[in-house]
Amino acid sequence: MLLIYCPYCEEERSELEFRGAGDAHIARPENIADITDEEFEEYFFLRQNPKGLIFERWRHIHGCGRFFNAARDTVSDRFYTTYKAGEPKPDISDILQSEQNKGAAK
Amino acid sequence: MADQVTASRKAALTARGGSAEAILTPAPAATRISLRAGADALPALSAALGVTLPTRPKTSASSGQRHALWIGPDEWLVFDEGEADLMAAAASSGTLHSAVDISHRNVAVIVSGPGVDVAINSGCPQDLSLPIFPVGACSRTIFGKAEIILFRTAEDQFRVECWRSFSPFVFGLLSEGAADAGH
Ligand SMILES: [Zn+2]
Repeated sequence: MLLIYCPYCEEERSELEFRGAGDAHIARPENIADITDEEFEEYFFLRQNPKGLIFERWRHIHGCGRFFNAARDTVSDRFYTTYKAGEPKPDISDILQSEQNKGAAK
Repeated sequence: MADQVTASRKAALTARGGSAEAILTPAPAATRISLRAGADALPALSAALGVTLPTRPKTSASSGQRHALWIGPDEWLVFDEGEADLMAAAASSGTLHSAVDISHRNVAVIVSGPGVDVAINSGCPQDLSLPIFPVGACSRTIFGKAEIILFRTAEDQFRVECWRSFSPFVFGLLSEGAADAGH
């Protein structure tokens, strides 16, 4: 069972309390009525589905109820970090570097 | 002429159950509100409700028969075992908030005995050891298929709140867990 750190409950909780909610940091166009169908498709439907690091929204649905963001590895399912909604996207190289340091320390 | 019919309320749970290790008792009727409010409304709401709304995760505050449980950063479960009118109390705060009367949406089961943690952990993934989940701690979580709110009222006692229609399931799974706690 995965343990996920909720930045609002400030605690690791079982994955059973959470629900995934798709990619994070997708900005809704401010001129949504003016954009073309292709631009809307790009914003609304098209995702990268990367192998490896991904930034996602998660919701602590059976806990505090809050949405937050997470950096997760789609291959290993490892959560690198979680952070509150509205906080800036963490630097990828910082995350991977700290992971390498942790690995080297072992 | 038809006789006047008087309706009487039927409790969702009536029988006691469990085992010697974990006794299950349906909690008496209580009034409850689901309260949502911003940080600046808390002093007025706390004064009106007569209990200080906690702001730390997983904590609660109690004053007599009245209890306020932290559910989320702007959400509380407030209940009163004496059935006081919590809606009127919240409204008297005069500050912006949302209060929904959920007195009859929820029912509660009191689980007590040396095997409470084993009984609840039969369907709940939370760490219920005393350093992590001390007396007074509370949390919305999952119990089997049902969402519950856990509130530790003593080292060997929890109040388990669930939605009324889930209560036969919750009571049944707690009974299974209580039986297992003896082994
Ligand atoms: Zn949470």
